[in-house]
Amino acid sequence: MAAPVKEGQKITSYGASARPTGGTGFETFSWWFFRVSGVALVFLAIIHLFLMHVSTDVSETVYDFVAKRYDNPFWRGYDLLLLTLALFHGLNGLRIVCDDYISSRGWRVAIVSGIFVIAISFWLLGMMTIITFHRNINVAQSILGMLGH
Amino acid sequence: MYRGQSGQWSWLLHRVTGLAILLFLLVHIVDITLIGFGPTIYNDAISIFSLWPIRLVSLALIGAVLFHAFNGIRIILIDFWAAGYKYQSQMFYVVLAVTILCFLPMAYFVVAPIFGICPQGSCSMTAM
Repeated sequence: MAAPVKEGQKITSYGASARPTGGTGFETFSWWFFRVSGVALVFLAIIHLFLMHVSTDVSETVYDFVAKRYDNPFWRGYDLLLLTLALFHGLNGLRIVCDDYISSRGWRVAIVSGIFVIAISFWLLGMMTIITFHRNINVAQSILGMLGH
Repeated sequence: MYRGQSGQWSWLLHRVTGLAILLFLLVHIVDITLIGFGPTIYNDAISIFSLWPIRLVSLALIGAVLFHAFNGIRIILIDFWAAGYKYQSQMFYVVLAVTILCFLPMAYFVVAPIFGICPQGSCSMTAM
């Protein structure tokens, strides 16, 4: 739901909800999260694109390239931050879009719950990939081995 | 859409680019998971990114990220700068200009390998 607009407040159409006038609820948090994560993502995402498509051609971003990069914990931290902020910024955006277009309350609750499940699942999957990566260790095989395969 | 002025176009573009980036992000999280399966499987899988149609998809993604980022800054300026709303339309054109300005040099690096040019010194193309 969009933040309430106070009576007499000048409304301009610019592509976002009006700045919340206070409150500690989820929608106020969401509004601030969009802006704070957005400012960080301007740098995180554009630098990521530059590194993977400009300074190195995408065809050269192979296993060894990632292994060298992940020898430095800075880049693991960088990717964890990019993953976390981009995923929650994006799925929160999807939630806002669903709130706008799905008028049935039941469907809205069902779909927003689904978005929540997607958020947690993809976050765990991405975190696992970044944290467990180790040069020369086949993580997938190790996990299957532990499960007895 | 209401009368199709710049405010509505920026709103629509912000949504569409945001949803497109999100879709790519979800696919990207899954494809990067393959790095846990070792170099053979990973290198084989990501060679898809060097196919020319996928290079064009990457190019669209870069354009979407640049627009969404710069238009996001415009939205924040409208929120926090008292006089910002008066300049929202001018700022929209600045956003478009800066997006194109950043997009063109990046596009050269992404597209050049399709024509056998490697601006970075080394690159390869995956044959279709």
